[in-house]
Amino acid sequence: MTPNSEGSRSRDCAEQNLCEQRWDVVIKPRRRFLSVDLASVWRYRDLIWMFFRRDFIAFYKQTVLGPMWYLIQPSLTALTYYVVFGRIANLSTNGLPPFLFYMSGIVLWTYFAVCLTNNSEVFSKNAALFGKVYFPRLVVPISVVMSGMTAFAIQFALLILVSLGYVFAGNGVDLPGLSFLVVPLLVVYVAALGMGVGLVVSALTVRFRDLAFAAGFVTQLWMYASPVVYPFQQIPSKYHGFFHVNPMTAPIETLRHVMFGTPDVSMALWLSNLAVTAGFLILGVLLFSRAESNAMDTV
Amino acid sequence: MSSDVVIRAENVGKEYRLGAINHGTLYRDLQSWYARLRGRPDPNVGVQDMARKRDRAMRISGDRFQALSGVSFDVCRGEVIGVVGSNGAGKSTLLKIISRITAPTSGRVCLRGRVASLLEVGTGFHPELTGRENVYLNGAILGMRRAEVTEKFDRIVEFAEIDNFIDTPVKRYSSGMYVRLAFSVAAHLEPEILLVDEVLAVGDANFQRKCMGRMQEVGKGGRTILFVSHNMTAINSICQKTICMEEGRLAEMGQTAQVVQNYLSRGKVGVNGTYSLDPDSLDGKAVIYKVTMLDVLGREAGIVDLSAGFSIELQYELREALSGVSVGLQVLAEDGYTSIFSLSDPELRPERLEKREPGRYRAVVRFPACALNTGAFYVRAGISSRFSIYSVVENLRFEVVDSIGIIQMLGQARKPSISALQFPWDVERI
Repeated sequence: MTPNSEGSRSRDCAEQNLCEQRWDVVIKPRRRFLSVDLASVWRYRDLIWMFFRRDFIAFYKQTVLGPMWYLIQPSLTALTYYVVFGRIANLSTNGLPPFLFYMSGIVLWTYFAVCLTNNSEVFSKNAALFGKVYFPRLVVPISVVMSGMTAFAIQFALLILVSLGYVFAGNGVDLPGLSFLVVPLLVVYVAALGMGVGLVVSALTVRFRDLAFAAGFVTQLWMYASPVVYPFQQIPSKYHGFFHVNPMTAPIETLRHVMFGTPDVSMALWLSNLAVTAGFLILGVLLFSRAESNAMDTV
Repeated sequence: MSSDVVIRAENVGKEYRLGAINHGTLYRDLQSWYARLRGRPDPNVGVQDMARKRDRAMRISGDRFQALSGVSFDVCRGEVIGVVGSNGAGKSTLLKIISRITAPTSGRVCLRGRVASLLEVGTGFHPELTGRENVYLNGAILGMRRAEVTEKFDRIVEFAEIDNFIDTPVKRYSSGMYVRLAFSVAAHLEPEILLVDEVLAVGDANFQRKCMGRMQEVGKGGRTILFVSHNMTAINSICQKTICMEEGRLAEMGQTAQVVQNYLSRGKVGVNGTYSLDPDSLDGKAVIYKVTMLDVLGREAGIVDLSAGFSIELQYELREALSGVSVGLQVLAEDGYTSIFSLSDPELRPERLEKREPGRYRAVVRFPACALNTGAFYVRAGISSRFSIYSVVENLRFEVVDSIGIIQMLGQARKPSISALQFPWDVERI
């Protein structure tokens, strides 16, 4: 029904306009162009919180080894890297104690990987729920990155404890003061990036289920393409372009800078990283919103 | 009045693509693409299409399946509308579109007011959380604000009758408590439009009555309800109007009694007393793919003899191990909703409620001679658990005739009773 401009039909037209206005929801076939309904996500903000609470409660009700695992995993990984990359391969750690260097990278990387992986599985993991009730699907990815923060907080606390240990042992490690306040911003940045990439993958896996496996593998490779086991400063400048495009470069380097005073990160690197992240986030949200209306037909 | 219309469906259609377009994996898409490039037959086509070709071939054109087409109707404020139709007629697809779980491919649906769908009770319940936490979680999933749940919390708990256990994790609840709590949350959601799909069939009889009462109450409160059910008794008692779906189209909409009667007389799925589908064409964790009426000699028969007894054979397939499942069978009178026998296989063998292994099963229920008087009857069979209904087959029609003439002998066309069982009389002169 489109409003008709002919005079003889003006009354019908008025009535039709009235009709158009009084509906609260109009369900139409999937839109050709992309649109996102952020207002309805905001209306469902209580649900985001409830999902976060559910995950949090389920988390601490796990067995003892469950939460312990979050401490064991970064410690053992850092130890492994210490042996393989520090001792055997002799990679530089920018003058930091290798264990601290690896652990700081691992903690932030793990959070990113968790956001990415969990978001890429949003449709398949929630098929039962999505198939039965409508709510803005974007609520789930948002609660997923929030829930991931629980594990990150534990691992970050461990990192601080270990750092304090080094400070008291007097290994030349110095914890900074106020610049520490940047860390929450880094976390938000990593969450946004992980969510963005994860949503792109989730929207694609609705059509191509085998991409889920590829995503796990690519995430693993991506870590080696990011300065987790080596410092950015070691990279020959001819490869710098690549790291400007890799949006995990700046946050990891910045975390080490604010915590341990390694060299600062250039503004250019940050800006290009931010642009890539913004691109992923917008693309992810758009693709996800497009996929959600018909996702339940194929999952 | 048109101004009171709260649901308006305009020419709604839903089309599913079958196999050929998309194989679900990038690998297969590339494989098909490469095959086409070399002019070879597509290795991924065919098999999938063959599997889907069923009795609905009419609705398949090329690689597209028309689940719904050209459905239009208006529902006014405060109306309680039943939706009936045989399996695959498009009832659930319609409800899924209205509840925004999936998008239509053509047409549109306009809604006024908040919509809540009850396609299953207890959606999103988490076993580790307490009853209280689950009420808040479930309420939020169904679209309630936190403050709203808080305000209704006492009433929800009271309705569910579990007040002492509200702070116990729901994994420790009995199944009855679980369902009661879940339904209670949903029942206290106060949407302007409520979409209900068969949930009332769960829980014990007492609770079902309570749910029906609540539905009627909600309907009287000026709310609009769209109620999909296979249960003609429920449809008759709470819906003023009913929509009948057939082959993805709206076949009829009107006064409930009339529509239900037309639906039953039209929907003779098993003209010869047999309902049979290719199990591979049915979706679900558990499906009934064959229901047959057998006469006393074990032959398929749509007409059985009063004095000879008969059996009903079910064949079903469980696709995964399921526990707490019961397979049920009902024999209904000609009106389509008076239930004469209501049988389920765990009734005499409660151990069947334990885990059932996947596989195909055959079940035969034998009815003694004269159990039913002469007339037409309908068979309804289903597989269900506490929380969901996996499969329902209904409207299998059969007739009981009196070929020997016991009744006619007495000078009557039909004895005025549903059952023709005769019991011995001890007569003595005193």
